Amino acid sequence: MDFIAEGFVQAFRLLVSLDPETFSAILATLKVSSYSMAASLIVGVPLGFLLGYARFKGRKQIRLIVDTLLSLPTVFVGLVVYAFLSNRGPFGEWGLLFTLPGIAIGQAILALPIVIALTATAVESIDDHLRLTLISLGAGRKQLFLTSLWEVRYGVLAAAVTAYGRVMTEVGISMMVGGNIKWHTRTITTAIALETNKGLFGMGVALGLVLLFIAFFVNVSVSFLRKR
Amino acid sequence: MMKIGKTLAICVLIITLSALSALCETDVLMMATTTSTDNTGLLDYLAPEFKKDTGIELRWTAAGTGKALKLGENCDVDVLTVHAPGAEKTFVEAGYGVDRREIMYNDFVIIGPKSDPADLKGKSVSDALTAIQKKEALFVSRGDNSGTNKKEIILWKEAGLRVPEKEKWYIQTGQGMLSTINIAAERNGYTMTDRGTYIKYEFNSGGNPPLAILVEGDDSLKNQYSVIAVNPGHCSGAEYETAKRFIDWITGSKAQDLIRNFKLLGKPLFIPNAE
Repeated sequence: MDFIAEGFVQAFRLLVSLDPETFSAILATLKVSSYSMAASLIVGVPLGFLLGYARFKGRKQIRLIVDTLLSLPTVFVGLVVYAFLSNRGPFGEWGLLFTLPGIAIGQAILALPIVIALTATAVESIDDHLRLTLISLGAGRKQLFLTSLWEVRYGVLAAAVTAYGRVMTEVGISMMVGGNIKWHTRTITTAIALETNKGLFGMGVALGLVLLFIAFFVNVSVSFLRKR
Repeated sequence: MMKIGKTLAICVLIITLSALSALCETDVLMMATTTSTDNTGLLDYLAPEFKKDTGIELRWTAAGTGKALKLGENCDVDVLTVHAPGAEKTFVEAGYGVDRREIMYNDFVIIGPKSDPADLKGKSVSDALTAIQKKEALFVSRGDNSGTNKKEIILWKEAGLRVPEKEKWYIQTGQGMLSTINIAAERNGYTMTDRGTYIKYEFNSGGNPPLAILVEGDDSLKNQYSVIAVNPGHCSGAEYETAKRFIDWITGSKAQDLIRNFKLLGKPLFIPNAE
């Protein structure tokens, strides 16, 4: 049990002393999660909107597939992305294995179903009355579309926060695709796994607290955006 | 809306800049290695010296020997540092690796609780394993196809015993050496480890660990580490020249001296033996 208290002290020490290894892992985590979030939002929000807004054949089946993909195991994603990025794999010559962009590809795959599913849900839950009111006020298709888009902004924000939480905390993809290379692809979560493996539990706890600390800041900024 | 747009634009800029900076890099050698060379801190100690002498930056990913060999076979790394001579020879014969050179060794030891319930202290390896199986004393195995795990399986066979699998007293952790030692300590069981990792464990637990060395010194317990370059004939993208420079460096007198002087608690972790 001692190592939990030790972890709190250590976390504080790492942050205050600007420990270079810890900050390298923090930077790697922030970079890789920014890449993957940017990619999954750019692709996922329009798809999610379409899935929730449009009425087409096979929509329910697609919805079912997306919902199933919410349960993607991270190690499995890591293994599949590794197979594609390995030098013997189809995209080997891109040289993305053991790099942050490589990890980001895996994390974007992980985040995409979350962004799509939650955006679609937000769109589906727009009040039908709003639609009717707008039409009766003489709104055109374009106006109806834009108003709906504006109405789901908080839903999209919630989708982004949820996906961010999953991306920041996953370890399977980062370990398999990134290789946990010191100063390069060592993220906070792979560092926790390593320290735990080395039996340095206190250090593991400290890094876990650091991760929570970052998540706290991200959420504070998001709630600030929401107020505006 | 404007605010969000601005924030997004800044994010995109940062991402592009960091991607660009990643492109201008020095000579890099990618290595797959066993957990023991990484967990003990040996590579953290050698890599800066290698960089100083050659300008090459060594990057490594630490995995069990089984996964390290697989990464070599798949051309994902340029060089390997591993410790399973049998599997290494198969790897070279299959045409995946070249220039295999021995670099250093330490030895495996069987460790266990100081109370030593199966009475292993001072026994030979074969007798010790026989005693464990007979008394059904708890034994914690890596179970991960690593060099240590491969060696353990060979030792059960050499002792003329069945390799345990589902027995109640046999736990396969599937984890690295230090975690496995920690699990053995928690469960009060025996386990087999390389001496380097044990000394590191001793160091982590402030010089007074709950598990002690009980069986050691047997010839069959030698743990040989070797370095292998990935065969450029099999992997066209492999940095063979850079790998060769690393092999020449680590088998050279300077690096061999560095390995000899790498100590924890005043004890050497590896003994250099490159020819």
